[in-house]
Amino acid sequence: MMDARVKPAHDGSELMQKQSVFHSPLLAFLLLVPQVSIVLIFFYWPALQAVWQSFLLQDAFGLSTSFVWFENYADLLSQPEYFNAIVRTFVFSAAIAGSSLSFALLLAVMADKPIRGAGIYRTLLIWPYAVAPAVAGVLWVFMLHPSLGVLARGLRNMGIDWNPLLNGDHAVILIVLAAAWKQISYNFLFFLAGLQSIPKSVLEAAAIDGARPMRRFWTVTFPLLTPTIFFLIVVNIVYAFFDTFGIIDAMTGGGPAKATETLVYKVYLDGLLGGNLGSSAAQSVMLMIIVIGLTAIQFRYVERKVTY
Amino acid sequence: MALRKFGAAAAVTVTLAFATTPAHAVTEIQWWHAMTGANNDVIVKLAEEFNASQTDYKVLPSYKGSYPDTMNAGIAAFRAGNAPHLLQVFEVGTATMMAATGAVKPVYKLMADAGEKFDPKAYLPAITGYYSTSKGEMLSFPFNSSSTVMWINKDALKKANIAEIPKTWPEVFEDAKKLKAAGYATCGFSNAWVTWVNLEQLSAWQNVPLSTKANGLDGFDTTLEFNGPLQVKHLQTLVDLQKDKTYDYSGRTNTGEGRFTSGECPIFLTSSAFFGQVKANAKFDFTNAPMPYYPDVKGAPQNSIIGGASLWVMGGKTPEEYKGVAKFLSFLSDTDRQVAIHKASGYLPITKAAYSKAKAEGFYKDQPYLETPLLELTNKEPTENSRGLRLGNMVQLRDIWAEEIEGALAGKKSAKEALDAAVQRGNAMLRQFERTVSK
Repeated sequence: MMDARVKPAHDGSELMQKQSVFHSPLLAFLLLVPQVSIVLIFFYWPALQAVWQSFLLQDAFGLSTSFVWFENYADLLSQPEYFNAIVRTFVFSAAIAGSSLSFALLLAVMADKPIRGAGIYRTLLIWPYAVAPAVAGVLWVFMLHPSLGVLARGLRNMGIDWNPLLNGDHAVILIVLAAAWKQISYNFLFFLAGLQSIPKSVLEAAAIDGARPMRRFWTVTFPLLTPTIFFLIVVNIVYAFFDTFGIIDAMTGGGPAKATETLVYKVYLDGLLGGNLGSSAAQSVMLMIIVIGLTAIQFRYVERKVTY
Repeated sequence: MALRKFGAAAAVTVTLAFATTPAHAVTEIQWWHAMTGANNDVIVKLAEEFNASQTDYKVLPSYKGSYPDTMNAGIAAFRAGNAPHLLQVFEVGTATMMAATGAVKPVYKLMADAGEKFDPKAYLPAITGYYSTSKGEMLSFPFNSSSTVMWINKDALKKANIAEIPKTWPEVFEDAKKLKAAGYATCGFSNAWVTWVNLEQLSAWQNVPLSTKANGLDGFDTTLEFNGPLQVKHLQTLVDLQKDKTYDYSGRTNTGEGRFTSGECPIFLTSSAFFGQVKANAKFDFTNAPMPYYPDVKGAPQNSIIGGASLWVMGGKTPEEYKGVAKFLSFLSDTDRQVAIHKASGYLPITKAAYSKAKAEGFYKDQPYLETPLLELTNKEPTENSRGLRLGNMVQLRDIWAEEIEGALAGKKSAKEALDAAVQRGNAMLRQFERTVSK
């Protein structure tokens, strides 16, 4: 904006001056201190503590501590349950991200149409995002509780023996439903903004060329939405990895028979309930590595397909 | 303006605070607990009564969330160097607390150091045994105790033409089939706290070991052995009955208890402390009875074990503070007070005198449900298999056991396979606990 007012007659020195030049590095450091110290104190320090803790074998009270190098990791990697939890977490992420993204996109495309009361629909569709995860979990539990739930009764009448207390698949469906439902609003918001930023002229040009709505969507709208989709995939996977904790805790507590025990829930179970801080810390570090790896892969390979 | 008003208010508050401070310093005693609702009121009232009864000490109770939350809050506070004086810990946290030498002060030592009169024989052994060393030294102070009982919907039994309340497991299975035929199609019988009822209590009541070394009371080098014929037979029967919902699983904790009060499950095994809920919500004629037993097991029934929580005295406090804690524990042990707590909360009295007094007053004539757990606990002199449990990482152990039981009930494995796996995985966890404490 500033550049627009700079007249071309100038020799360019003024342009250079627009960029901040610090003659003494001291001021630059001082200005950086607040941000850097926040990052160090709230992100790096706890992360380093977790790494340090993961090399220790310690009782819950911290009375006896011994340094055991990589034993916590070796223990972890020798447990078949840990690998099951990794696979389970990926299945959860794919199911939650996939279902909430596709459903949110459908809703956004519909709400983007010039229909009466579009504003009301849009507002209502955003509301579930304000619901706390645990509350969302409890709501779904009430609807699908085998003894009390309204929906469960309907399923029973249809001849389905709905029982998430014992049937692991049912419990997984329950969690995915609640977690995806909660994330739809967020995705919807971004999709709607993405759709509205697509120039109408491009779509009109396609229409004049004879492209039908479906074709227009897949050849024009969808490619232009890829930056939004890419961003949302990253956010949704991180959501499915970490923020589903409240839902799982409120709905199944990881059961039945570990069917809904994801990596982050296992960190909580082992560390906080089990008092096994070493293993819990090792799991956190592993989780951190997995998420960093995932994000890197996404940026490296998926981003190439994105049309900015 | 607002600021000035605030300033004035603050000044008044400060003046008032100084004005009400007694001439001598009051020693504050922090008490962290996990009690909600009516039981929270009991705690607050106890603290108020104690604070009114003397002027040297002030007990300050504060609610810290669920049992695991409260225990974790206490542990975290200890690590940060500001633990409370008294911490309410559920029975499964006993081994963890006990192993934390230095973090806790055993009650028997506290009482001796403070010169407080204390007779361990005054307490009901079935209750204090759970929280004492094998030599009988009390480590933590039992606060709220309960045991497993069988809750019965009498109207349902009538409907199914069952004349007598079942006493043995085979009778329960038969009656559940009749109840199912009489319209209780989704649940003939069920239970809460799946491992507590179907492994821990089952083993004690039948006098078979859950674990070696007197269920862990004699040492942390204990190994699990509940994959014996009795437990396998019991679980296999439940698995078979689950198929047509004669038995129906209700979850790991007590969230399924509502199935009894709603009338869905006419026979339901859970804690005796469920009484308050039943009384408030059941719209049918109800009662409870001792847990069923297997008549083919010699000597059954033995005695049941307790559930609930005890108060741990945390370490690193001053002698003056400990004196106050000791006085407070004596205050709680008072016979009349125990009777009052028992009546108000439904939890069990912990002293023999309180039990006799409640009995003499005819309390159990009107409330027979409240005596059932006491009859179970005192049924026989406790043996190595029925004194209590002391297993490290018990919270996680229970989760592992429940996972395996769920696997069996869902038809993924046989009862024997499930219990073998539960024992094997549990032992690995016990060995790890042993390593962290022995160093």
